[in-house]
Amino acid sequence: MSDKELLRIENLEIRYETDDGVVKALNDVSLYVNEGETLGLVGETGAGKTTLAKGILRLIQTPPGHIVGGKVFYDGKDVLSMTEQEMHQIRGNAISMVFQDPMTSLNPVMTVGEQIEEVIAVHNPDIGKEEIRARAIAMLGRVGISADRIDEYPHQFSGGMKQRVIIAIALACNPKLLLADEPTTALDVTIQAQVLEMIRKLKNEMNTAMILISHDLGVVAQTCDRVAIIYAGRIVETGNLYDIFKNPQHPYTVGLLDSIPSLTKETKRLNPIKGLMPDPTNLPSGCPFAPRCNYASSECSAAVPELEESGSGHFVRCIRKEGR
Amino acid sequence: MWKYILKRLLMMIPVLLGVTFLVFFILNMTPGDPAAIILGDQATPEAIAQLREELGLNDPLLIRYFRYIIDMLHGDFGESYKNGISVAAQVLDKFPNTAVLAVAGIFVALIIGIPVGIISARKQYSALDNTSMVLSLIGVSMPNFWLGLLLSLLFALKLGWFPSQGMGSGFLPLLRSLVLPAFTLGTGSAATVVRMTRSSMLEVIRQDYISTARSKGLSENVITKRHMFRNALIPIVTAVGLQFGTLLGGAMLTETVFSWPGLGRLMVDSLNSKDIPMVLGSVIFLTIMFSFVNLAVDIIYAFIDPRIKSLYKKAGFRKRKAVAA
Repeated sequence: MSDKELLRIENLEIRYETDDGVVKALNDVSLYVNEGETLGLVGETGAGKTTLAKGILRLIQTPPGHIVGGKVFYDGKDVLSMTEQEMHQIRGNAISMVFQDPMTSLNPVMTVGEQIEEVIAVHNPDIGKEEIRARAIAMLGRVGISADRIDEYPHQFSGGMKQRVIIAIALACNPKLLLADEPTTALDVTIQAQVLEMIRKLKNEMNTAMILISHDLGVVAQTCDRVAIIYAGRIVETGNLYDIFKNPQHPYTVGLLDSIPSLTKETKRLNPIKGLMPDPTNLPSGCPFAPRCNYASSECSAAVPELEESGSGHFVRCIRKEGR
Repeated sequence: MWKYILKRLLMMIPVLLGVTFLVFFILNMTPGDPAAIILGDQATPEAIAQLREELGLNDPLLIRYFRYIIDMLHGDFGESYKNGISVAAQVLDKFPNTAVLAVAGIFVALIIGIPVGIISARKQYSALDNTSMVLSLIGVSMPNFWLGLLLSLLFALKLGWFPSQGMGSGFLPLLRSLVLPAFTLGTGSAATVVRMTRSSMLEVIRQDYISTARSKGLSENVITKRHMFRNALIPIVTAVGLQFGTLLGGAMLTETVFSWPGLGRLMVDSLNSKDIPMVLGSVIFLTIMFSFVNLAVDIIYAFIDPRIKSLYKKAGFRKRKAVAA
């Protein structure tokens, strides 16, 4: 890990225009990732995590999605102003993505070998067929799949094995940044741990930075250097792992941590955050979390609070900043 | 795989029995006495009665049906009531003409239908997509014979580019005479293929593995060709197979409009003259052809989709295991 900045997102805004209204999926999102670093992006379903990852690679389906504002810099270059050709060079090569559901993320009519070779071939036009295949076999080996399975089809693999193949595809070209969108959510708990451990090992070996999207704070605690908490399309708190887990300052972060059942304390019931996330087509005028917040005052619904630094590198979007 | 093909071929037997029985039964219900038709207006009642006896028309229906099936199993489809020539010979003589027309028709359907369907799907709700959808609706709804008449009015009679009647001999004259009937026949199928291609592609475009393909940095054209189209192909192949089967059998109107000497016209003529052996022979032949097209479609599935192939293999494997146990 170094302090050299690899990715910087500034005030990114993404909207989906649907028949039911405009979905404000991402609002004024800013964050950065340093080389080799792992950033955990945590939020509940519909908070905009996947939209953010797809937005970085400009994979938002248009229509209905539109990137309406903000900037994304990869290695100092403005991603949003690149041509489609330049984007092809970035995708799969400099920045890769692992999708949530391994069962549907592989093409069912191509062998896994073909699908790995494809990404190597498109980014290395100079190398020959044998070399491409050799690299694909090596990559399969690195994710723990034996070479003799290279000509098999996805339906012959289990879910965990498929996710390994998808990770092999994502890492085949040695990317600088991996966007892992809930890579273990669809897997069994035992397989989850294996896959997570493998991702961590490979990213350290290859010095790949990663944005790990998850709603599982346990996964984040095991894997990440820094954490960003996202709620209703806004970053509400961001800081290093220790700050977020030991000194959470946004009531939402506190609520997330409190909803993890404790093994040490005697609890009869789970302790969820009350209520639901607001309708993204009709966000409240002030702090989006105010309707669910125990500490909300009239001031909270007046305007969206700014993301303010409360400690070194620890930012909170709350006027209270007291945590519990 | 071979086992599967064999099984499918065996399954054709009950289908053919059912079809022959239905056609035999229905033709028997139609009014008019074959013997009277053969002998013409001047025949005496005695002569008609004698011929009925000779043809076995006085026997009960089921007896006649079984007699027909037995003959059929010996490769004898009977002789035409009209001209006494063997039915099999006539059907085999006309079938190649129909096959040429059907192949040309499906070719037209494919070269129009698949590209337009793909473009429509990739640019959903664009002006181009809307236009092609309206045109394909018109194409599906337009009666064949009417389109045939319009085409021949414009391109044969007015412009004189193509012949309006008959089938040319020799390669180039054949090609020229094929154009109008092939387009007449292919338009309706093209419209079906466009709609099927479009909806099947739209289904695939939303799949996660297309996002994966995009995240690899592949160009849209490569994604369309390598990832979308092959996955979208199964419903398209099904539709094309059904269309082809229909074209083989249902070209009667087009063949009549363009005086194309094919099986369809042979059947229409035979129906008009109540030439029962001829109609039966043609229908059975077309049923066999249709079944073969369907079988071919099912075999093509296995080459498109490895999951289906493994299903065939597994079925065989399970059976072998059951036998061993």
